[in-house]
Amino acid sequence: MDDRDLQYEKYKSILENYLEEQSEQTLYKGQQFSRKMIEQQISPEEAVSLHVSVLEELFPDLPEPLKNSYDFLLEMMIGYGFAYREHQSLRNRQQQLESEIEVAANMQQTLLAGKKPEVDNLDIGAISKPAQKMNGDYYHFVQDENDCVSVAIADIIGKGIPAALCMSMIKYAMDSAPEQRMQPGAVLENLNRVVEQNVDPNMFITMFYGLYDSRVHSFYYAGAGHEPGFFYDSEKDQFEELFTKGLVLGVSKKTSYREYQRVLNGNDMVIMLSDGVTECRSSQGFIERDEIVAMIRKYIHLSAQEIVDSVYKELERLQEFELRDDFTLLILRRKV
Amino acid sequence: MNIQSCVEVRNEWDIVKARQSGRNIAKELGFGTVDQARITTAISELARNIYLYAGKGEVTIERTEAGSKLGLKIIAADSGPGIKDIRRVMEDGFTTSGGLGAGLPGVKRLMDEFTIDSKENEGTNITAIKWLR
Repeated sequence: MDDRDLQYEKYKSILENYLEEQSEQTLYKGQQFSRKMIEQQISPEEAVSLHVSVLEELFPDLPEPLKNSYDFLLEMMIGYGFAYREHQSLRNRQQQLESEIEVAANMQQTLLAGKKPEVDNLDIGAISKPAQKMNGDYYHFVQDENDCVSVAIADIIGKGIPAALCMSMIKYAMDSAPEQRMQPGAVLENLNRVVEQNVDPNMFITMFYGLYDSRVHSFYYAGAGHEPGFFYDSEKDQFEELFTKGLVLGVSKKTSYREYQRVLNGNDMVIMLSDGVTECRSSQGFIERDEIVAMIRKYIHLSAQEIVDSVYKELERLQEFELRDDFTLLILRRKV
Repeated sequence: MNIQSCVEVRNEWDIVKARQSGRNIAKELGFGTVDQARITTAISELARNIYLYAGKGEVTIERTEAGSKLGLKIIAADSGPGIKDIRRVMEDGFTTSGGLGAGLPGVKRLMDEFTIDSKENEGTNITAIKWLR
């Protein structure tokens, strides 16, 4: 007996049962059988045909008009079979696309995962989590031979694949102008030009760029419409906003970016973030910047990496494990 | 045995004619009711495409053999505008006649073999085979 005959016998016995006694239990068996048929990719017209052939065996004297009506039903079901097969093929296609995106997301991770610098007097923490598969946030550290560390954090307005494509361009633009690395304002001006020329006008990029010179313990920075970070003054035990003035990248051809400077004493911190951090939403509404500060303060005795990890975990829990925007949080702390 | 039938397609009635001769030949070759309905639907779709996009053309239905296999072959040919992007019309979701699930990918799935040949401004030639199991 092959699968087809088995199927036929099984269907026949369930149907016979049902014709004898219209019980819910038999209907339940029918439901389970139909699930199995779907698993075996039996199309609707085949299901009807199965029913008809069983019926013809059970009732050899089926009236002619009834028989003909089944032929008609069969013809009708071909259309459903058409749609059913298209659905199956689209589902396969979707799975294929998903695995392609998976590969792209992994590539993005390798592209972006710049090594966290190891500098004697600096404690660095970094975390970046995408809301969907591809990350629209970007951060990057570069360390040079003088132990100067530059850090960039950017948020591409928009999520998913377009944002990710745009980001690889930014990374390339930054890598190809290493001589500017020491001048945050000039870095942003250059990137603004690249973005303005190459990116769709309704895509915007905000960015914060900073450079820490460990020889003079100074942090030089500039911002392009990016979510302001924080500066932690350990002596006063106070958090202040790291204000910057500057237009979002790609809006205007000629824009200049002002450069700022802060001196870090022992245990002072520079905190950089994306708006995915401040736009976290709990059941009580948006999470205020003050609350982020309070969270950082709560974990301040830990290492920089432990702080960012802990803040992320807490915000993740507050949002019931559903990120609405890409999330990036970076901390630089001068060791004592 | 040499069964062949050729239907010229110019209007909707011709679509019915093509279906009818397809069903007759399918029955004669010994196809079951489900396969008969599939073959007829495939013929219907192909003839309809000719009627809608080329205006006129021909649907030929014939018996075909390969080794010990016996089958039914449909050839739909026209000298219409042709298909510019064949890959695109063979994609699911790109429905030409607007119907749900219709179109060439559907026909391809109903049949066992399917080949399409088309040149812009010269016409389209589609061949589809269903083998007898």
